[in-house]
Amino acid sequence: MATDTLVDPARTAEAAPPAWRRLLGSWDAILILALLVVVLVASATIEGVGSPRFYRFLVLEAIPIALIALPMTLVIITGEIDLSVASTVGLTCSVLGQLWYLGVTSLPVLIVLSLLLGAMLGAVNGVFITVFGLPSLAVTIGTLALYRGLAYVVLGDRAIADYPQAWTQNAVAPIPGTVIPWFVLVLAALAVVFGVLLYATPIGRSLYAIGNNADASTFAGVSVLRTKFWLFVATGAMAALAGVFWTFRFASARADNATGLELAVVAAVLLGGVSIFGGRGGLVGVLAAVALLGVLRNSLQLADVPANALTIVTGTLLILSVVGPNVVRMTRDRLRRRRPLTTALERTSS
Amino acid sequence: MTIRRTRVVATAVLAAVALTLGACAEDTGTGTDAGSGGNPSGTIKEGLKVTFLPKQVNNPYFDTSDNQGGKPAVEEFKGQYAQTGPSEASPSAQVSYINTLSQQGTDVIIIAANDQDAVCGSLTEAKAAGAKVVTYDSDTKPECRDAFVNQATSEGIAQSQLKLISDAVGPEGGEIAILSATANATNQNAWIELMKTELAKPEYSKLKLVATVYGDDQDEKSFQEAQGLLSKYPNLKGIISPTTVGVAAAARYLSGSSYKGKVQLTGLGTPNQMREYVKDGTVKAFALWNPADLGYLAAYTGAALASGIITGKEGEKFTAGKLGEFTLGANGEVLLGDPFEFNASNIDQFNF
Repeated sequence: MATDTLVDPARTAEAAPPAWRRLLGSWDAILILALLVVVLVASATIEGVGSPRFYRFLVLEAIPIALIALPMTLVIITGEIDLSVASTVGLTCSVLGQLWYLGVTSLPVLIVLSLLLGAMLGAVNGVFITVFGLPSLAVTIGTLALYRGLAYVVLGDRAIADYPQAWTQNAVAPIPGTVIPWFVLVLAALAVVFGVLLYATPIGRSLYAIGNNADASTFAGVSVLRTKFWLFVATGAMAALAGVFWTFRFASARADNATGLELAVVAAVLLGGVSIFGGRGGLVGVLAAVALLGVLRNSLQLADVPANALTIVTGTLLILSVVGPNVVRMTRDRLRRRRPLTTALERTSS
Repeated sequence: MTIRRTRVVATAVLAAVALTLGACAEDTGTGTDAGSGGNPSGTIKEGLKVTFLPKQVNNPYFDTSDNQGGKPAVEEFKGQYAQTGPSEASPSAQVSYINTLSQQGTDVIIIAANDQDAVCGSLTEAKAAGAKVVTYDSDTKPECRDAFVNQATSEGIAQSQLKLISDAVGPEGGEIAILSATANATNQNAWIELMKTELAKPEYSKLKLVATVYGDDQDEKSFQEAQGLLSKYPNLKGIISPTTVGVAAAARYLSGSSYKGKVQLTGLGTPNQMREYVKDGTVKAFALWNPADLGYLAAYTGAALASGIITGKEGEKFTAGKLGEFTLGANGEVLLGDPFEFNASNIDQFNF
């Protein structure tokens, strides 16, 4: 932003493209547009899409993915990744179920213990990555297996399912007067918290700096390791919250709960425009991507597209998510090169 | 600044979408109850939408039960047949398909449950939306469905499995192991428990169960588990695999190994998958009901429910096409019959 002062402000304003053109060029906008188009087209062509019940089920399915995608976005912006989240969900479910089985009957206690467990599991990842300086990809592949294994140690082949009906019904209860589950409000509140953290605080800005160049950030006074450590703790806690929701939503704590969920989360974050190399992306795009993937999946299911074809669609979208933002960026850069006056400024600020 | 503006606009659009979604009105779909009792003299309605939701799609067992049993039955009573489901046998994946069916207004959902509890909530919502729910192969909690079509009693299966392995291993007995499907499959666990009870009987005193392993109904995993059993237990004399995927994978492993003919294998398998292993001597005999008959009976049970002929109460009777008359037992259970034994002398009479 230091280059701002080098350019006459009046001239910059004149040369800057109109807002609508900026919007068209942004990946966030493309995703939201795609979401709207898919919703409109699917509602018009596929029976059942767009009904209240469609949105209810969509939200129920998206909640665990979105809960974990919030901290995962921040983690990936710093250039790291956490693949152990689904196993953290599974282990939290198992411990929660086992505690209930052993006679812990207070819901607040169960929830607090679960969140603490999740934070602890995240802290284990954080210690390996920041204290021992190991790559997060390797560490979290390890804990992916480790946490899932521990879940089987805790619960074995049992399923704990005899929770009070009030708990399981409340987990999916709608907001009065609608059919949308109330838990979406929890998600919205957390999205605001993470949004403020990312967009409106120095910490948020430092995440992009870390992702772009961790060494330079360290020299600039950012506590890179401490920031990363707490991000992994937050990811663990959010995965645990997803685990609590999962357990009561399905009324079933099993060691294999949420197997493979990490891929759905990472897919949404990448499709949301967050660069796997760090330094780029944001929460708006990620939440739009969670919704887009959910709508596509549920609509195609309603259109009786077989399960195998569905995985092909998801896979293709993942590839697109890696290629797409890059193509958009390249196109934008090329367009800018035609306006040499602003080139230097635009490059540094994008 | 322009970037921030973009974000603000994008956020606003997203918020608008969220509001549109949130403003959706209360659902109006309520179930139409067939009344207090069944109407045994009634006939099956035409045009019923009957959908099979197996544990997973592309599973030969369920393709036989659904496409070769359920489909002809649905065509007989002039309904609309469909099969749908997840590609992996997971309960949460099944839930999203149940939700899809309740949105599509399906009249009859015929499901093999991956977890007796996890699918309950969504099945209850489907019933509230007017669907009749029949479980087959693997039941849910009784209150979550209208009827359960039981392929065979668990006792019958456990008895037949132990008799087959005992006959194959011979009078000297020895160590045996069980290769199951997923660790939480309702039916598998019930059978395994009953097999253990059966093992305690004096006639099986020389058989010793040393391990139960899980192949998750995946061919490769089952293959590796069978391999693992033999390397871990060198004195193993027999394997029981009460799942079609597991028994075929174990047979493929044994038939290509030095254990062929020395380690006995039996289980629940389909004739087409097991034919070559019965003929090459890897497997002497195995058991199963006819899955096509199971799907056929499930389709008729669902249709009878949707037409008000039965309501799920004990003692109600209905006719299931070529299979004849059936009576509902306790907890809405319909029993297909006893397991059937396949061996070298009869296997060529079957094709499924």
